[in-house]
Amino acid sequence: MIVVENLTKRYGEVLAIDQVSFNVEKGEILGFLGPNGAGKTTTMRILTGYMPATEGTATVAGYDVFEDSLEVRRRVGYLPETVPLYREMTVHDYLDFFATIRGVDARDKAIDRVLESCSIGDVRDRSIGKLSKGYRQRVGLAQALVHDPEVLVLDEPTIGLDPRQILGVRDLIRSLAGERTVILSTHILPEVSQLCQRVLIINHGRIVAEDSPERLTAGLQSGLVLRLQLAQAPEQAAVAMQQVAGVKSVDAVGNGQFEVTCEAGADARAALTTLAVQNDWGLQEMRSVSLTLEDIFLQLTTDEHQAEDGADGELLADEPSLDAEETQQ
Amino acid sequence: MSNTLAIAKRELRAYFLSPMAYVVAAVYLAVMGGFFGFMLYYSQEATLYYLFLNAIPLLFLVLVAQVLTMRLLADEQRQGTLELLLTSPIRDWEVVLGKYLASLVTLLLMVALTIYCPLTLLRIGNPDVGVMLASYLGYVLLGASMLAIGLFASSLTQNQIVAAVIGIGITLILWLSGAVTDLVGGTAGQVFGYLPIFDHFLDFVRGIIDTSDIIYYLSVIGLFLFFATRALESQRWK
Repeated sequence: MIVVENLTKRYGEVLAIDQVSFNVEKGEILGFLGPNGAGKTTTMRILTGYMPATEGTATVAGYDVFEDSLEVRRRVGYLPETVPLYREMTVHDYLDFFATIRGVDARDKAIDRVLESCSIGDVRDRSIGKLSKGYRQRVGLAQALVHDPEVLVLDEPTIGLDPRQILGVRDLIRSLAGERTVILSTHILPEVSQLCQRVLIINHGRIVAEDSPERLTAGLQSGLVLRLQLAQAPEQAAVAMQQVAGVKSVDAVGNGQFEVTCEAGADARAALTTLAVQNDWGLQEMRSVSLTLEDIFLQLTTDEHQAEDGADGELLADEPSLDAEETQQ
Repeated sequence: MSNTLAIAKRELRAYFLSPMAYVVAAVYLAVMGGFFGFMLYYSQEATLYYLFLNAIPLLFLVLVAQVLTMRLLADEQRQGTLELLLTSPIRDWEVVLGKYLASLVTLLLMVALTIYCPLTLLRIGNPDVGVMLASYLGYVLLGASMLAIGLFASSLTQNQIVAAVIGIGITLILWLSGAVTDLVGGTAGQVFGYLPIFDHFLDFVRGIIDTSDIIYYLSVIGLFLFFATRALESQRWK
């Protein structure tokens, strides 16, 4: 449905995206993941026909986004990151306007359909400026759906919503999949694992990983990671554990917790248990932790450029609160 | 065309849903009405000549045109709604033309409300109807040109005030460009002599409808709408 080849976009000297290539199949939900400024929005703007690429090609439903821009735009619904709304208009008039300029024939029917699917029927005649953030987000989504597009491009569709609204929007997006192809960007990681069949991690304008969320988490795990809880852990516990065959590294997390990474293919669980019991460390818990998408993300978006600049970590630093909120649900 | 009309309709609604159109129209009518009475009292002549050909009403028209247009594209850029327009299956010129039509209709409505001026003259005196009609035609063309300039200015920035200032600047430069005529001389001087936006209005007020004047105003409108479209396209490259 969407074929992107060697897409490059330069803003003056700044390289926003660099040789990006990917495909999206019909009916698929593709997650775009990356720190702020990684090039997600730029890629989406090129796909929606808003701006041309510097190099490379992109086709949507068989039409080139540059050559046949109007044909592409007819088939794409787009929700930009800051939901663009005419604040003085009512929800109905706003949707009616976009239905008109997108050439929808049976406008009333189309509006009723999106009012219902986005559950905004109750604010149909309210002016948009007076709506809450959650409603506005859904009005924006309704706008993207009003012409029944084959492709949906959603730039951070759940940002700024409360947990209940986030769930609602996610359900809506999930219900749209199948008949429509969806590309969504986010930096809320659990969202990706819940919604997307495929994830594309983009950093510094380049694709650093592309796979299903499950395979990403499995494939990047270098070795078994264990978490130990010790009741009475002496100073030298970490050093002692480090000596055990098959252990690659030991991190003292604090409060008697240790994170032990095993060599690839090795399993040091039995040896560690024996060690803990012999030394009377009071082993309370030992479990294996699988890498979360968060770890993968951090690994992929920090490792690579850490030597050149340490800024990536900072970029992510403002996000954890959101992620934490997310995981609690 | 239906896209252009849809844009124009939305924009007209925006004018009249906000206090904007009413405030501008009220102030415009008050100023024009006051001036009309003033001119009538001092000239004792049944003519619109003094109403239209005075610097104050003309300057006021410059301001009204800029206030009507400054929001049109600047605000779409600031609110991000331009991104939705430019990713909808419509052409850039349809957006520009639709916005322009909305501002033109609003201005025409306002000008139409000054109809009591010629009606008053008809009642109390014996004015030349042809001259009055020509004056109105010239006045509308002049205003329509200023709207096109304002719309272009609005396409350049996200800030409405900046847009208005740029629009006023371009209009005044076009107004005063005639002063260069004698300095430059020759063919270039003739070109500058053709530029001043108010000079072409003079003929209309005297009752002369000259095609070259009409062509002048239509060219100004066409040119600045074209510039606005190009400026909108350049937004895509930023």
